[in-house]
Formats: sequence, C-alpha cells, structure tokens
Amino acid sequence: MKFKSRGILILCIAVQVMFSLQTRAYCQDPGQKEDTTSVNTLSSITVAAERIVKEISPAQVLTGEKLQRLSSFSVADAIRYFSGAQIKDYGGVGGLKSVNIRSLGSQHVGVFYDGIEIGNAQNGIVDLGRFSLDNMEAVSVYNGQKSSIFQPAKDFSSASAVYLQPKYPVFAPGRKDNISVGFKTGSFGLLNPAFLWERKLTDRLTLSASTEYMYTTGRYRFTYSTKGGYDTTATRRNGDVRMERVELGLFGITDGGHWKVKAYFYDSERGYPGASVREEPGKFRHQDRQWDDSFFLQASLKQKFSQRYSLLLNGKYAYDFLHYLSDPREDVTTMYINSHFRQNEGYLSAAHLFTVTPWWSVSLSDDISLNKLNADLADFVYPTRYSFLNAIATSLSFEKFKIQASLLHTYVKDRTKLESAQASSRSRFTPSVVASYRPFGKTDLTFRAFYKRIFRLPTFNDLYYTFVGNKYLKPEFTTQYDLGFVYRKEFRGSFVKGIEAQADAYYNTVKDKIVALPASNQFRWTMLNFGKVEILGIDAALQGAFNACGIDFSSRLTYTYQKAMDVTDKTSQWYKGQIPYIPWHSGSVIVSADYRGWALTYSFIYTGERYESVANIVENYAPAWYTHDMAVSRDFILGRKSLPKRLKVALEINNIFNQQYEVVQCYPMPGTNFKIRLRLDL
Amino acid sequence: MRRNAIYGKTFVVAIAVMAMAVLFSCRKEYGTIEPTVTPTPISESGDYTGFYLLCEGNMGSNKATLDYYDYSTGIYSKNIFPKANPSLARELGDVGNDLKIYGEKLYAVINCSHFVEVMDVHSAKHITQISIPNCRYITFSGKYAYVSSYAGPVEMDPNARKGYVAKIDTTTLEVVAECVVGYQPEEMAVAGNKLYVANSGGYMAPNYDNTVSVIDLSQFKVIKTITAGINLHRMAKDRFGNIYVSSRGDYSSIPSKTFVISTATDEVVETLDLLPNSGMAACGDSLYVYSAEWSNALSKNVVTYAIYNTATRNIDSRSLITDGTEQSIRTPYGIAVNPATRDFFIADAKDYVTPGTLYCFSKEGRLKWKVTTGDIPSHIAFTTNPVKLQ
Repeated sequence: MKFKSRGILILCIAVQVMFSLQTRAYCQDPGQKEDTTSVNTLSSITVAAERIVKEISPAQVLTGEKLQRLSSFSVADAIRYFSGAQIKDYGGVGGLKSVNIRSLGSQHVGVFYDGIEIGNAQNGIVDLGRFSLDNMEAVSVYNGQKSSIFQPAKDFSSASAVYLQPKYPVFAPGRKDNISVGFKTGSFGLLNPAFLWERKLTDRLTLSASTEYMYTTGRYRFTYSTKGGYDTTATRRNGDVRMERVELGLFGITDGGHWKVKAYFYDSERGYPGASVREEPGKFRHQDRQWDDSFFLQASLKQKFSQRYSLLLNGKYAYDFLHYLSDPREDVTTMYINSHFRQNEGYLSAAHLFTVTPWWSVSLSDDISLNKLNADLADFVYPTRYSFLNAIATSLSFEKFKIQASLLHTYVKDRTKLESAQASSRSRFTPSVVASYRPFGKTDLTFRAFYKRIFRLPTFNDLYYTFVGNKYLKPEFTTQYDLGFVYRKEFRGSFVKGIEAQADAYYNTVKDKIVALPASNQFRWTMLNFGKVEILGIDAALQGAFNACGIDFSSRLTYTYQKAMDVTDKTSQWYKGQIPYIPWHSGSVIVSADYRGWALTYSFIYTGERYESVANIVENYAPAWYTHDMAVSRDFILGRKSLPKRLKVALEINNIFNQQYEVVQCYPMPGTNFKIRLRLDL
Repeated sequence: MRRNAIYGKTFVVAIAVMAMAVLFSCRKEYGTIEPTVTPTPISESGDYTGFYLLCEGNMGSNKATLDYYDYSTGIYSKNIFPKANPSLARELGDVGNDLKIYGEKLYAVINCSHFVEVMDVHSAKHITQISIPNCRYITFSGKYAYVSSYAGPVEMDPNARKGYVAKIDTTTLEVVAECVVGYQPEEMAVAGNKLYVANSGGYMAPNYDNTVSVIDLSQFKVIKTITAGINLHRMAKDRFGNIYVSSRGDYSSIPSKTFVISTATDEVVETLDLLPNSGMAACGDSLYVYSAEWSNALSKNVVTYAIYNTATRNIDSRSLITDGTEQSIRTPYGIAVNPATRDFFIADAKDYVTPGTLYCFSKEGRLKWKVTTGDIPSHIAFTTNPVKLQ
C-alpha cells in the first residue's frame, strides 16, 4: 500500500515521474521495493518496478531486465510490444525504423532521450533503430502526453511520445564503481562489444561513461514465393552497418533537487540495400551509402525551492551531419548524388511548478529552440527555424478524481536565405485535458479519458526541399479522444502474484495531412496539405506475474484494433480505405520464466493483414506476419559474496519458424537468426 | 483465494486461446494474382484486335503491370502478366516506362528493373529479358530495336554522365551495339536512316541538357547534335518529315513547350511556345497533346489539351474532351488514338499510389467508357494480332 499512497503524494506535488532507477541487483524482486527506494537517494523519484507507472493518461513501459531480455537489436524492436504502436521497418539492422502510434503518423511521435526531445527539423522522423538497448533502463510510450504538468513545453507538443530512459548510475552499499562489459555476436556477422563504467565521485556526484561499437554485414537470405507459382531466394546486400556510440553523464544531487549533464556521440556508416524488386540476380549491385555523425550535449536541473515552488531547467545543443553518396562508378544504374546535410539545434527550457494547495498545482513552461539546416543541394534556401513554445497547465488531484489541463502556444518563425522562399510565421493554441476517476476505494480500478488537439509543423523537407518543397503548407492537425480503464490487483502467497489489465478505446482524426503528390511527372512531386484520416481503435494490455514450483512467471499480452480510414475525398473510389501499412489487428505476447538464475523468455509478435496502399485491392495486399522469438539466459554469481561479480550468458533465436515477411513493401525482413549475449558486471 | 484462482485461470485461458489462435490461424498466402476483368461496351475497332496498356507503378514498389483490352468482347483485363507467367519471379518489375509491339513481340521497357521484357504479343508470355541498365524508351527500325538508357560510361565527372542508345537485334534479342548520346536520353524517333534522341539532362537539374542527338543508323554514330529546349522528353513524327519534341521546362520559371525539327535539314524549324506538352499521339495530320504542369501559385496541376494540325502547323483545337469529363481527370499521364476509328484514350495517374483510370472517348470527344487500371497507367500499344489470354 505504501507504493500507492506514495504515488498519490507524488502526483499531488506533481513531481515529474521518472521510472525504473532500481538497481540491477534488485530489479527482479518485487519484495525488495523498499530497499530499492532507499538505495535511490534521489528522494523525488519513484520506482516503477514491474508495473506501469500510475499515469492517468494511457502509458506503457518496459523496464530493466524485462527490456534487456527481449530479443531486440534496438529500441524499435522493443516498441513492437506496445499496443497501438506500429514500427515501420525497412528490414535488417541498418534499415530505418520509425514508430507510428495510433495511426497518426511517425512525425506525430515525439522521441525523448533522457528527458529531452530529439529533434529532426529536416524530416521530422527519428530512426529508433539507432538507439541501442544496451544502456537503456526504460522505454515508455504515452498516448497524448505524459500526465505530469511539470515538464518542458515540448513535452506537451506531440500527439504521442516515446521516452527513452538510459541507465542511471546506482551503487550497491559499499560500492564506488560499477563496471560492466558486454559482447554480442550472431547472425548477420554481428559484432557488438559494449563497455560501461559508473563511478561514485562523492555522495552527491556520480559519473557514467559508456561506449559501444557495432558492426554487421547486414546480409541475409530472403524468399519470395507465390502459391503454385514462383519461388525465388536471394541475399540482401549492401546492408552493412558500422557504428560507435560514446556517452558521458555527470549526475548530481542538490538540496531538494538534482541535475545531470550528458554528452552523446554517435558515428555510423551504412549501406542501403534498396527496394527489392525484380532484377537480374547479381547483375547490378546497390552501392549507395550514408554516413552519420551526431553529437549532443544536454543538461537538466530540477530544484525544489519551497513547498510551493519548483523549477526545471533543460538545455541542449545538437549537431547532426548526414552524408549520402550514390555513385554510378560503383553502381551503373544509379544517378550520382553526393549530398551533405548539417543540422544545428539549440534548445532552452524553463518549467515552473507552483503548488497552490496539496491538491492543486499550476505549471508554466517556456521553451525556445533554434534549428538550422545546411545542405549542398542546388537552389537550397538554408532555412533556420525559431520556435517559441509556452505551456500553461494545471492539475487537480482529489482522492477519487484527478484532472489535468494544459494549453500550449506555439509560435514559429522560419528564415531562409532567399526571403521569398520563406514560409510565413505560425502561431497556434492547442489544448489538452486528461482526467481519471477511481470510483471504489479498495478496488484499484481507474477510469481515464483524454482529449488532445495538437499539430506537427511542416518539416524543412516539406517546405524547402529543392523542387519538392511547398512553402504554403499548413500544420498537420490531429485530434484525439480516448476513454479507458486500468485495473490492478496484487495477491499474496498464491499462484497469482499480481495482474494488471488496461484497455482504451479511441477516436482520432488527422486533418491537412501533409502528403507527397505528383506534379507533372515521376520526377516531380510536391508536398500538399491533402489528406484526411479518421481512426477508430482499441488498445488493450494484460500483464500478470505468477509463481509455481519455485518458478517465477511473468507475462504480457497486448492487442490492438485499428480502423484507420482515408476520408480525404468522398468521390474517390478508395474513400474510407484502410490507410497503408495499418493492420486491423495486431498483438504481442511475452512470457518469461525465472528459476534459480535461469531465465526463459518467449515473445511473439502478430501483425495482421494490411494493404500497402489506400486502394485495398489484391495487388496491394500484405499478408499477416508473425514471429516467434525465444531467449534463454543464465546468471552466474562469481567472486566473493560481499563483492559479487555477475556473468550473464544469453542465447536468442529469433523468427524461429523462418517466416518470410515484409513490413514495408519490397523490403524483405530476415528469417531465422540467432544471437549470443555475454555480460559481465564487475 | 477463489477469486485469485479465477484470475489465474482466466489468464492461463487467455494465453492458451491466443496460442491456439496463433498455431491454427493459417497465413493467407500470396497466390498468383488473377486479372481483374471489367466489361465495356463493344464498339468499332478498325483492324485492331485490342491494345496493351503498361502501368508504370511507383518507383521502388515493383508494381509495373500490364492490362489488355479486347475489342471483340469489350473486356478489359487488368494485370494480366502474373497469370500469363506464374512461374516468373516478382512479376513484371519496377517502373514500366515504355511499351511497343514489333512483329509478333511485345516489348516492355522496365526502367528500374533494368531490362526490356520481351513477350509473345499473342499471349503476353515471357520470351526473354534484355539487360540494359536504367533503360527508358524503345523504338524500331528494320531488324533492330533501339533502347535509350541513362547509364552511359562514367567519365571524369560522375555528375555529368552521358546516356546511350542500345541496338538490339530483334531476331537474337541481344544487344549488338551501343552509341553514346546526350545526358539522360528519353524518347526516340526514326526518320529515314536516322535516329533522333531527345536528351533531358534530368539528373543534372537545373543544368538540363537541351539537345537532340541524331544518329546515322548505318554507322550507328552521332552525326549531329541539334539544340532545342531544355529537358527534352517525348517525340512524335508527322508525314512531312517533321519530328515534334516536347520540352518539360524546369518546372518553375521555364514552361513546357514543343519544338519542331525538320529531318530534312536536321534543324529546329519552329518553337511552339504555346503548346505545353507532357505527352502526345500523332494520328493522320493531328497531333493530340496533353500537358500537366504544376503551378505553385494554384497549388495544383494545370491541365491543358490541344489538337495541333501538322499540315497547317496550327492549333486546331484547345480541347479534346467535349462533354466535361476533363473535370474528373486529375493527372493525365498517357494518350493514344486508335488510327482507324479516331477514338482516343486518356490515362489518368491520379495520385500515383492508387490505381489509375483509362478513359475512352469518341472522336468527337465524348466519353464512351472508363475503367480502373493499374498504378500510373501510361503507355498504350495497339495490336492487330490475335491475342488469347489464359
């Protein structure tokens, strides 16, 4: 019960909920919650252990060991287990992976790394395939927004949000250093060593350094066949990826607050295997390549000055470099493209929280950001975007009833080298309301609802890309209505230890959807506010923990139903057609069993039939796909009991039944593959 | 405890049901796609038994498709290639850029699959494929086929890379010679013993090519380069020895227009500034022209039509369609005229990512019928051969 009252208290003072900072040593044992909290000297942080944080808006989270155990290369693979989320995956380790939540479109998803949004003013899409799970503590998905009012204005500014929470250094009593060495290898010529060092500098200051290298040939065989017709197998080539990541973090505690500074470097080179179409096998090789460099430095301070007032400051500088080369000297079929893109981003945010009474708080957040894009394209206009976001929010919290409301104002001004190319400035107000009601004192059943209206701005590519861009674009608006419930029950001393069920029904609309439409011919496309989409959906998730014969079982089921209709043009033959790549039915299962250091995890993903175009006809039909993955791991405790070392050995087999499938048309996915993971914690 | 047990059971049952559903739900497999058949009113056809329509399909989607219209039954069969060739892997390929019939064979230039698919004109059955990287258009003369390709030799500057024309022996169906032309060559026309090639320079925008290469077919060498307008594309020939070449302009300040080249002098004899041209079809002394030009100001394609008289060298009409059907045509992408009946066809590619529509008009410009096609319908080839589809 302590957990619940603590949760309510924390909501009352509207402190931003952070999850899962439990120690690695304790994270699988729910009985150790108290210890976990005490280990975390950061007093304002709650621990989300094995269950979803008590959010009043729909939220899903995968944390700690559960996350590490999933057979996955990146964050994108983990997000497949969330209901309502569809990953658009171009296949292989290097293929672009973006998330679409509740069919609103990838560009409506805000992706936050360690509390600060990852920007991409160029195309608005974050490639989740680039974020390794290696140093990730929690991955969570929010519909609408995180139901905390004490947050930067940016956190109010997207239709849904993915939060990637890297590991936070936590030290077992008597420890000053945590060192962890990991190595993964397996199919696709994968080599992936990783190293993590955490150091307790003082009681109030800790340091974390992590680095990772990854190389894969990206090669795999795939088959296309028709029943009673052809059957052809080929190998995916030019899908190699090399990447390095270095991350440095400094974490401090102040009286009544905490701060952190993080530096992040990412460097990669990859090939593009391209669309798999009919070609003479092996005749022409795809050789186009891309190099990426990303760097960001971000800092955050959260300070409580009095019972009435708290402050949250965030700042970030980011630089992204992208070089794309397609060279006809390597591949005779191709056009020569040698483009360099450089993005600079500056971001500052201040959020103020005023706790008026224990049940009423008000917050005010102001964000300023600057985005600049340089590219060596013909007639490029060199856009710079100044964004000013201001949010006012309030939270009322009673025993049975909670409500939060926010109003966001966005003002955006673009500047381009050629003034006539510049889009006009934009100013919009957008509201959201989140409420929850818990009718019964004893029964942990909460009903919830939210309404949110928000937009995405046209990206630099939408507005200014040479030939394609259209500076007259309006923002693309989404409106979301959601109604749902969450029910939890814990049991003591029996087979079932706890269950949680949640379900939401929703109705969303997308207006002025920005789509590429043909102008004149195949070479000339342009961006237009053309589309209109209506989405009806149900998200459901069921989790349970069991114990039998000394074996701990945990399971998680999700199910998603979506009817996402294109309602752009009533006169169109395809009016109300299901929009591309959205299955009507999808779901996932994770079951894991733990016994004396052994762990077995089985996971299953199901994506139902869908169409590759709004024309829902046989030519565009994409059959359902489903993959079964399995992982076995064993923990060994080495060394002295007082200073134990832990070795973890895991074997993964993915896509056990070697199903041949595509997520995106003409981008075949890998069949059966395996991976070995080793990790030594010193 | 009892409630607890119920919860537990419910959970186990839920998992079991899901597991069963998974194990026993069979995955609907891809079979060979059957043609979609649509009846249309039967009408006069002249000598023609039917026509094939090649739909380009959006780049990277492997969705080039072939449709067939049978004049004797009025049956329009959409997507006939998979059924005719069920064992041929990955169907027709990626981006069908040109379609012609020569002799008893049907040639489809599959741009992004990098070959010319050669089929039996009677059945659309695969005969062979002729490998030509980044191939664009095809034309014929004597026993040879000529295919334009963007993929010429790479010299010092990879950005300035010329294209070439491949010469194919139609008896062996093999490439026998190559001739380097201008940048990114498109459509060609044969006049006498000369091959005219429209060079676009599309890969080098905004530095477009503006030339027509003239190849002497005996030597298979470029003998002259004629300067016309930028970004040249389509070609059509009249009976007076003139070739009409379309220029796409630069899609912003320089508009599309049409150039007239005399094959007697190999010079531009006239620039038709007022004849914007995205595609054309010659029939008798009439040149049927449509144009779809993007207008930034209006945020839409401005579509125009014209009939140009190649005898009087004047525009006979600024409209082809007389019954208002033009209002529903969004992105005209192909045009063809039945030389016998003068019925004409306009293919609407709409938004490029959904099936298009083919409109059949009487010679007076009144809609006779329309039918749903594959994605991006564009190239029509009439045939007098008997065609029997499976």
